[in-house]
Parts: sequence; structure tokens; C-alpha cells
Amino acid sequence: MGEASGKMNNYDVVIVGAGPAGLAASIEAAGAGARVLLIDENNKPGGQLFKQIHKFFGSREHKAGTRGINIGTELLDDTEKLNIEVMLNTEVCGLTPDKKIWIIENKEISREITAGKIIIATGAYENSVQFDGWELPGVMGAGAAQTMINLNRVLPGHKVLMLGSGNVGVIVSYQLMQAGAEVAAIVEAAPTLGGYGVHTAKVARAGVPFYTSHTIKRAHGKNRVERVEIVQLDSNWKEIEGTEKIFDADTICLAVGLTPMVELIWLAGCKFTFIGSMGGYVPVHDRYMRTTVDGIYVAGDVAGIEEASTAMEEGRLAGISVAYDLNLIDDAQAEKRIEEIWTKLDSLRCGQFGEKRKTAKDRILEEGEGMILCHA
Amino acid sequence: MTRIKDHPILGKDTREEIVTITFDGKEITALKGEMIASALIANGVHSFRYTEKHNKPRGIYCGIGRCTDCVMIVDGIPNVRTCVTEVKDGMKVETQYGRGEWKNE
Repeated sequence: MGEASGKMNNYDVVIVGAGPAGLAASIEAAGAGARVLLIDENNKPGGQLFKQIHKFFGSREHKAGTRGINIGTELLDDTEKLNIEVMLNTEVCGLTPDKKIWIIENKEISREITAGKIIIATGAYENSVQFDGWELPGVMGAGAAQTMINLNRVLPGHKVLMLGSGNVGVIVSYQLMQAGAEVAAIVEAAPTLGGYGVHTAKVARAGVPFYTSHTIKRAHGKNRVERVEIVQLDSNWKEIEGTEKIFDADTICLAVGLTPMVELIWLAGCKFTFIGSMGGYVPVHDRYMRTTVDGIYVAGDVAGIEEASTAMEEGRLAGISVAYDLNLIDDAQAEKRIEEIWTKLDSLRCGQFGEKRKTAKDRILEEGEGMILCHA
Repeated sequence: MTRIKDHPILGKDTREEIVTITFDGKEITALKGEMIASALIANGVHSFRYTEKHNKPRGIYCGIGRCTDCVMIVDGIPNVRTCVTEVKDGMKVETQYGRGEWKNE
């Protein structure tokens, strides 16, 4: 991986966030000949990919059957081959519509860099949900527990209750068991389960009970979680008195969705739209991942919560459109690649769960088409 | 033991190099390169700070440096996010009370 020179101040493309979307974007843009800087505040690139130890979905060309962790390694290999400059331990504190970026390196050096184009691929953070005792040590995001077990290789607890039966909830439950923890139950407020059948079935086969139309009423414990009380919900999501059940558990994991990390996009002055199923406020963008501010692009979860596989394809889209807008590739090349990627994205966005994401994404794009004129 | 030594997918943990840090003055061992939060959990510590108004314990919450629930005083600097800060040999980690304080040494 290229060493951060600490001296260069001007790049063709600056990409914020070295997760699946940012890495893929950097590979496309640098592959087309752009001088790219990839920035991440963490000490390692990869974003949340390296804690995804399960096999991904889709067809083979979508890396299905490959574990996230291996996809991450492949992406890093590619960035290395292309000599892409990566600045780690670097925070982006601000940016302007004219593409000035304020960064702080290693919490010490503050400076300004400029970019021809900026791709924001900052990802998302986990939602929380409040109940009595939700702030006790031992209550944490499911992703936080996943980071602890798969990256740090420590068990945050031994007996876990999971709230949320979507993919994150069932996948992390299974991974907690692989790491040696016991999963007391998976609790789902909705009347039906939310995850892919194959992941749900694995956890069910392992004997984990599911409680649909239930939620957590309170967590008990003095200095950390000791017991969890759940309660049944009626069709109006109201608690039904007398249906409480108590579980012994030292950990409660919350798998209740994600919110795009859009602060830098707001700062840049991009237009937003509110789409609940995409995580809330998402930046309006077109099919080339261009926002309403000239030269600022988005990709991955920050452009609407989906999956790592779609994030990578969106990153590629952003990388190619940046290369096209910088006149590094011609119309025919760009259009061919963009069509290829859209074909992949469309096939990733089908099926029971994908269809909803496609509809939501189409709404964002529709708004984008009205607002974003051809910048190039 | 809370360290995951062997894992069906990830295999054996091959990290060996150990560093020593202190937690509230007590020496504990940590693996080189791991985050402070992970070292503390491996040593059975789950309360990282106490809140200002109600003196309630807090531990890790998001694990990726966003929520700031796991902040502690590290080498005299308050409000350090322990889930994204690597251990260093000789590092002093202290429970933070309220907003913490700067400790110049």
C-alpha cells in the first residue's frame, strides 16, 4: 500500500472511507489513470468487511460463496497493485463544495488538501433502541459484538440475547455461537422474521428460540446486564401485560438497522431525501453516483443502506463516473462498464428483500434525474 | 476465558506478542496491536467510565468509534475512544468519571 507522503496536497480524486465501496471506487478510478487518495480514520482499511466471516450471497460473479474477509483481502491486493495512496488514521473534519478537504492525520497534523472529485463512502452506524437499562454495560450493537469476536477475538459476553431477526441479527447470532457464546433467544418486534432463510435456518437448527411480536422491556443488572425481560406486542405494537419472560443473559445485542453516516455530505451542501427503508436521510444521486453538488459522488451504505456486495458495485460505478468526468475514459468505455455494473446491481436487488431495496433506490435515482444536470 | 483462541472459520489465534498496560494502576497484559477495549474485555473489565450526573457505568456500545460510550483517560488524555485506540506498551488506562480531566505528567 502506498505510503502517505504527507506532502502532496492536490489529487484528481479523494475518496473518504476505505470500506468495500471506497476500495472498489479507488480501484476503478486509479485503474483509469487518476491520481487517487483514499482516506480512512481507522488504522486498517477494509471498513466492516473483515468482520464478515460468512459467505456472501448472489451469483459467482458477485463473489457469492466467498467470505467477506477474503473479498476484503482481494480488494486490498488490487489497491496495492495499483499503488493507490492510502492515508490511515486520518480524519476528514470538513469539506467544501469547491472540493477543499480538511484532514487531521494521526490526531496531530491538521492540513488542507484539494481534490478534482470527491467520492464519499463513509458507510453507516448502527441504530439503537431504548428500554429500561439499555445503557448498561453489556448492551451493544450487534455489529459491535461482531467486531469484538471476529476482529478483536474476544467474547463480549457468554450468554447473549439478540434483538432483531434481520440478516445482521441472525448472522451475528450464528457467529457468536461459532465464537463460543450461547444465544439465549432472538427477539423480533415484527410478526415475521426478517433475515434470509438460510441464515435464519442455521440459527434455528442450533436450537436458538425465536420470539416474534416481542420486544425487550428492560435489562436488569447492577454494573452490567444480568437478566433481560421481554414482552409480547399486540398488532398495534403495544406491550401485552402479563406476557413478560425473563432470560439470564450478560449481553444484549441490538440489530435494529443502520443509519447512513452522511455528515460530510451535508457539509458539502448536497440535497437529501428521506427514505426510511434506506436508513433515513440519504443523498440524492443519479445512476452515476453523482450528488447534486458538482464533483461530489457517493457510494455504498452512505447512499442508502444495503449490503457489502451492492456497496462494492456502487463504488465501482462512482470510480468509473469519476474517471469519465475527468476525461480519462471515453463515452463508449464508460457506458459499457456502467451498463455491466447496473446489470449486476439489478440482479443483487431482486428477490423478496432485494426488490424493496430496488424500489427505494429507484426513488432516490428518480429525484436525482430531476436535479442533477450533466456536469461533465 | 474470553479470548477466542481457536475458531472454526478463523483458525487459531497466532498473535503472540504481548504488551503490558495499566488499568487504574493495575498491570494487565494485552496483545500487541489490539484495541484498548478488547484488552480490557479480555481481562474481565466491562465498565469503562461512569456518567457525570448519575454515576452510572458505561461500556462498549458501537465498537467502531462512533458512539463515544467507551471513552476513558489514556495516558492523561480524557475522552479517548478505547474501541479504536491501539494499546501500547506502558500505556496508562484509567476509568473516566464524568467528563474526565486532563492529567499532565
